[in-house]
Amino acid sequence: MSRVYECLTKIGETITENKDFLTDLDREIGDADHGINMTRGFHAVAEKVPSDLEDIGAALKKAGMTLLSTVGGASGPLYGTAYMEAGKVMAGKTEMTAEDFKAALEAAIAGIQKRGKAVKGEKTMLDALIPALDAYTAAIEGGADMGAGLEEACKAANEGIEFTKTIIATKGRASYLGERSIGHQDPGATSATLTLETIRDFVKA
Amino acid sequence: MVGLVIVSHSWKIAEGVKDLASQMAPGFDGIRAAGGLEDGEIGTDATRIMEAIQAVDQGDGVVILCDLGSAIMSAETAIELLEDEEGKYRIADAPVVEGAIVAAVEAAGGEDLESIIASAEDARNESKL
Ligand SMILES: Nc1ncnc2c1ncn2[C@@H]1O[C@H](COP(=O)(O)OP(=O)(O)O)[C@@H](O)[C@H]1O
Ligand SMILES: [Mg+2]
Repeated sequence: MSRVYECLTKIGETITENKDFLTDLDREIGDADHGINMTRGFHAVAEKVPSDLEDIGAALKKAGMTLLSTVGGASGPLYGTAYMEAGKVMAGKTEMTAEDFKAALEAAIAGIQKRGKAVKGEKTMLDALIPALDAYTAAIEGGADMGAGLEEACKAANEGIEFTKTIIATKGRASYLGERSIGHQDPGATSATLTLETIRDFVKA
Repeated sequence: MVGLVIVSHSWKIAEGVKDLASQMAPGFDGIRAAGGLEDGEIGTDATRIMEAIQAVDQGDGVVILCDLGSAIMSAETAIELLEDEEGKYRIADAPVVEGAIVAAVEAAGGEDLESIIASAEDARNESKL
């Protein structure tokens, strides 16, 4: 089993373990399917990505293509594009450096923004991912390795989740709720944070 | 001839709109539905949309009608996957049912991409009462 495949399946396991939690969060400000959508997507990823594929870029691209067609909700094209864009950065590489991870996360965020046209502060997954990238970048520029950088990224992502409770959703389904979306944490910011935490644990193991 | 793709979160809606529009354009087989997921679940699937676009693409362009939210994101993803540099695959900013009927009639009549898009988008302003 390749490292990248193992990491992807670990992300899938975390998502699956949190399926009901993510779905319940989406029940509050959406249509109660985020955990179901993401679990379906990552089950397909585990099946469709060849388990011995060493090329990280190719594996991420395949994962992205699979998410595009199996997740179903907005998170499908968003995460699908994110993984595909990260895959472009990692094309042909079989190992990932701290710098590579920064470039991949940057590309993933740019992909999400291209697709969903959201910015920070609209109560989406970006409210976890953008602070995570900033914290990660600051950490590795200060000499931290990938694991330590991811530690900082996860802290920032969790703060991002807390921040989503305080703001009104202006993108996606939750925007139909307006003021009523305040007080609830964003499901996508939560799944994004769970993803980063899984990668952190995987890198540090 | 311009092709037509109907995108909806629901398989039934997409198929139903296709049937409705096809009835207005007898003999025209350039319409495909890309609704729901492969297993019939509610959702949108960029790959299915991409395949539907390819199936109706005869070189004169394809008009895509979407319901809401992620349907548009998935359709945009599909267009990107097809590397459409000439811009011949276009999402009409139009209501799905009315837009599809107008677009089917015009596509069957041999109208070009721009005029079909314009007419479909115009359907938005049509008062029902
Ligand atoms: N335009 C957007 N940009 C970034 N993230 C978005 C956007 N729209 C929705 N999201 C994210 O997607 C999550 C919802 O995903 P999901 O429930 O799977 O899709 P849907 O809303 O179609 O049911 C939200 O919590 C939010 O984080
Ligand atoms: Mg949802």
